Amino acid sequence: MIKVEQVSKSFNNLEVLKDINVQFEDDTIYAIIGVSGSGKSTLLRMLNGLEVPTTGQIWIDGVDIVSQTKALERLRPGIGMVFQSFNLFEHFTAIDNVMFALKKVKKLTKEQARAIAIEKLTEVGCAHRLEHYPAQLSGGEKQRIAIARALAMQPTVLLFDEPTSALDPEMTVEVLNVIKKVTEKKLLSILVTHEMNFAKEVADVIIYMDQGQIVEMAPTKEFFEHTKSDRAKKFLQNML
Amino acid sequence: MNIDFTLTLPYLPFLLQGIEVTLKIAAVGAIFGTLLGLILSLITSKKNVLAKITSFFIDFFRGTPLLFQLVFFHYGISSIIDGFVPAALTSAFVVFSLNSAAYLSEVLRAGINSIPKGQIEAATSLGVSKKDIALFIIIPIALRNVLPAIINEFITLTKETSVASFIGVSELLRRQAIISGTTFRVIEPMLIVGVIYYTLNKLLSLGGKYLERKLSYDQS
Repeated sequence: MIKVEQVSKSFNNLEVLKDINVQFEDDTIYAIIGVSGSGKSTLLRMLNGLEVPTTGQIWIDGVDIVSQTKALERLRPGIGMVFQSFNLFEHFTAIDNVMFALKKVKKLTKEQARAIAIEKLTEVGCAHRLEHYPAQLSGGEKQRIAIARALAMQPTVLLFDEPTSALDPEMTVEVLNVIKKVTEKKLLSILVTHEMNFAKEVADVIIYMDQGQIVEMAPTKEFFEHTKSDRAKKFLQNML
Repeated sequence: MNIDFTLTLPYLPFLLQGIEVTLKIAAVGAIFGTLLGLILSLITSKKNVLAKITSFFIDFFRGTPLLFQLVFFHYGISSIIDGFVPAALTSAFVVFSLNSAAYLSEVLRAGINSIPKGQIEAATSLGVSKKDIALFIIIPIALRNVLPAIINEFITLTKETSVASFIGVSELLRRQAIISGTTFRVIEPMLIVGVIYYTLNKLLSLGGKYLERKLSYDQS
């Protein structure tokens, strides 16, 4: 469970998040939607400490990760993150990308790490790309490998930051299918996305953000069928 | 034309022994220069007092001639530390290491800046420690990205080892001077020394090209 309490964030003088209060429950899939610049990604990145709130607290399983950086370091391997630009390590092959943190963070032996990496890469349909470097892979493959890399750490939370925004339409489908498959497991998943249909299909709860605030948050069906706020209505009209 | 190797040839073994000395200085300068250069570049990428002091150090070594540094250290240090007169080779080791470090730190800094931030964020999000990120992500990628520039520095370094002859290190050029002084022949030992320097650096640049090919993981 992640609890965000009175979180605000400013970059220089620009306030990108304004007094955010939200609670993310276990075994639930959340989709955060909204226009670019609404603060979606900043909120997501805070949940594993890549951004630090200017004020406010973020509690993960009862531990405040803003004030306790040691606790953050301990919790981080359990909070997987998938980025828009994949961020695979360019000098490692696909399998080494997955094995790296298993060896360095989980301190597994090479054999143990390799076995897990093969299992996860098979799960995302990249078993035939083990020894390929990122430069030799398609965008869709890179993102699926990045998902395998996050999954290998056995996270209890998975964060997706616009995972398909850098992909061609046909690759978007293959990545979305993988995301659908992996988020079906017992996990807390939070997905920042522009893919409305996908959000509708997989998410349990929709969070609509605008101008650094959570404007509306509701179960998916309710959100799309009985949109309350005018801002969300207007946004959906433009998107669908 | 008046070129005749007959007087020079008996001294060939003596001259060739200079290769070892030249290579020793170049190798020490390259290894310690790279290690120290890496540390310096990591320090100057921060913004604190230590970074300022480090920048001054780099400025000094880039802003004064190598010959000055060498002579200053070798003959001057005894005035600072009473009675301490280092061996000429030791002085060469120290000055060449520090000098290379200053140049290489700038090259490596460019390499570190070339790494996409996203890869560091990805490692951070996986819980990888700062130390491991530096050792296994930042440094390897940075070194690879600036490999041609590093090889360039090594070639310059190998040639500049000849400056050590000024403080009496019996490397290649110093041995040439000794042979010329004994045989009164200048051009012949000079030619041999020239060919040796050229060959050493050709090998170095071929090695660099080979490494570049081996590390071409970013080509599809």
